[in-house]
Formats: sequence, structure tokens, C-alpha cells
Amino acid sequence: MEKSRRRFLKVAGIAAIGLGAAPAINFAASDSHGPAAAAKVKNDTALHAERWGMVIDIKKIDDNLARKISLACHLHHNVPDFTHEVDTRLYPKTRPVNHKQEIKWIWKEKFHYAFPDKEDEFLNEKFHHLPFMVLCNHCKNAPCVQACPTQATFSREDGIVMMDYHRCIGCRFCMAACPYGSRSFNFRDPRPFIDETDPDFPTRSKGVVEKCNFCAERLAKGEQPHCVEASEGAIVVGDLEDPESDVRKLLKEHYTIRRKQSLGTEPSVYYIV
Amino acid sequence: MTKNMIMGGLAVFVLAVLSPFWFNMVTTTQAAPEPELLGPAKEAKKCVLDTYEMRANHMSLLDEWRDAVVRDADRIYVAANGHAFNMSLSTGENSCLGCHEDKAKFCDACHTYTSVDPYCWECHTNPKEIE
Repeated sequence: MEKSRRRFLKVAGIAAIGLGAAPAINFAASDSHGPAAAAKVKNDTALHAERWGMVIDIKKIDDNLARKISLACHLHHNVPDFTHEVDTRLYPKTRPVNHKQEIKWIWKEKFHYAFPDKEDEFLNEKFHHLPFMVLCNHCKNAPCVQACPTQATFSREDGIVMMDYHRCIGCRFCMAACPYGSRSFNFRDPRPFIDETDPDFPTRSKGVVEKCNFCAERLAKGEQPHCVEASEGAIVVGDLEDPESDVRKLLKEHYTIRRKQSLGTEPSVYYIV
Repeated sequence: MTKNMIMGGLAVFVLAVLSPFWFNMVTTTQAAPEPELLGPAKEAKKCVLDTYEMRANHMSLLDEWRDAVVRDADRIYVAANGHAFNMSLSTGENSCLGCHEDKAKFCDACHTYTSVDPYCWECHTNPKEIE
């Protein structure tokens, strides 16, 4: 057999390709999604909707009830309260609080802040005092979803605008994009400011944005959102696409308004006034 | 250069190159910890995947679970062995920590040994640790 440099290089080259191909073939053949027989399914009791929506009857809410609703939501979702006195034994290095920083999912707002475009010159006096409960509107055309560079915020199939806190990089584009101020940023570790941590829901970490999640974790178990349960009938959720649903019946019977409708975000939260 | 010098130099070189092995033979090393099965996990005799798969791929499994729960709202994992699990780290009896009750022995022992520092627990809570 002739032994030339050329021949040696040929053989070496083919051998190198063979060695390189083996892992690639193995990788292509392996199933990266676990065993084929495994399946991911929903709870049997889970509540479904084409597009979730909410109707809030402001006439049924007073200051007391408003506080109760906020508290029910915030306690169960481990939303920090910066007026809470920090346990220095557990968190010895906690810096003093900047009270401009606030984290909230659902809260009471004055009419002229919630509906700046509806503030008439001679507005019915009672509107100035009504506690308008505001929260994430779970818009059909959510600007926060478009702004998010990592798809940490996304529109779920059932219309809920969800956040994947794992993916949030804390850029706060979504906060700038949201016309409703529904989003809060964790400028610091929220844990020292949570009085009683609810084990059924995670806390957040420093550097992520957070907001109302329409109690997706409760809908998945077939339960109503916390605000609905606390509201004594003032808040109703249901399927906006189903003409027979509770929310659609309410919308048929009452005059309702939505926040900053002219922006075209199509909010899913309606207010009976 | 004499033959002796070359052989001596080679011997020194080999000793130096293999120094990590000598070092390990001289010093004592800790045995890798085994995750301990305690409480309900010991009695259950069933897991999401078999032990080898679990040991090698639990991180990608958790990653899949997270996407399924957050993005697709699927919360139940019906494993290949027919058992259903709650796709959750710590909520409910059918979650990871619901069955493997001792996080220190089930998660932390190996993670500490291998210097892995996952940030799961910055947000997720261990129900046993909540005061």
C-alpha cells in the first residue's frame, strides 16, 4: 500500500468526521422530552374559559370591603407590605424602607386617577368618593406583552396575562408600557416584609416585576379568585366569550365602563358604576 | 545530556503531572452523599422517573414542569409508570417536597457537595421552614 501524506490526511479526515458524527446522531435520536408515555394534563376540576374577564360592581364596595379584598389577595400571594416591621432576628441586614416603593396587585383608587379620560367638569359628586378597585386588566391587546423582551409576560390561551417570574430580567419595559400602573417592581428582597408567608404560593425575588395573575393557581384547582371570594358578590369572574356566562349576563343588564378604553388595549375588567 | 538525567527528568515530570491523583490518595475525601429517602417517599416506592433518570435529568424535568404549569396551565404530570404527580416544588402533598419532606437531605446534601447553587428557594418556600 502506498503511504503518502495525502492518503494519511484523507483517512484522518474521514475518521474525524466519523467521531464527530456519533454524538450528533445520538443527540438527534434521544428524546429530550422525557418518556413518551408521560403526559401533562389539567386538573379535572379546573375552570376553563375562552377569555377570562371580570365585572366589578363598585356600588357594592365600601372602604372596608375594599381593604378586605386587597388584603385577601396580598396575603395569599405573599405580596410584601413595606409598613410591616422587619424581624431583625431573621433579617439582620435589612436597609431602611423607601416608602415610595410599593408593591400591589389589587388596590383602591380614586375615580379621577382610574378613569382620567372620564372626568367631566361637573361629575356626579359620589364618584369622587367611591373606592374603585383597580388591578391588572388582562388586556386582549396587552402592551406589556409586546414590550417584554424575554416573553416573561405573555398572554395565555384563556386570555390571562401571565408572568413567568423565572424569565423576568427586571428591565421594567412592561411597567413603562402598561397604561394602568398595574405592575410593581421588586427593588429589594420582599421576604423580610411578608408577615406570614403562605406556603401555597411562592414569593418573588429581588429584581423582578410582579402583578395580578388572575389567581391562575386557584382557577387550576376549580376555585374562584381570592378577590371574588372576599368581595361578597361585588366581583364576578367568568368567560367573556360565552354569552351565557355570569359576566356576560351582568354586562347585558348594566351599564359598564372600562379603563382608558380609547387606547385600544381591550381591558377585560369591567366596572358597573 | 546523560541518559540518567533524562530518565530522572521524566520521572519528576510524571510525578508532577499526576499530582492531583497523589494529592487525592494522601488526603481523605468525603464520599458523595446519597439523597436519603425519608417519610412518605420511603414508603411510596414510586417516583416520577426511575432513579437513574431522576439523578441525571431532574433539572430538565423541573424546567419542563415549570413551562407546563406557567404557560400551558397543565398542573398534573402523569408519569410513564402511571402515577400522577402535582407539578410543584412545594405545594401540596403530591409535590416534590410534599413527598420528600426533608429538603436538607433530599436537595441540599448533593447540591452542596457538588457546589451547585440553584436559586429555586429564593422564591419558592419550604413549608417546613416557614415560621
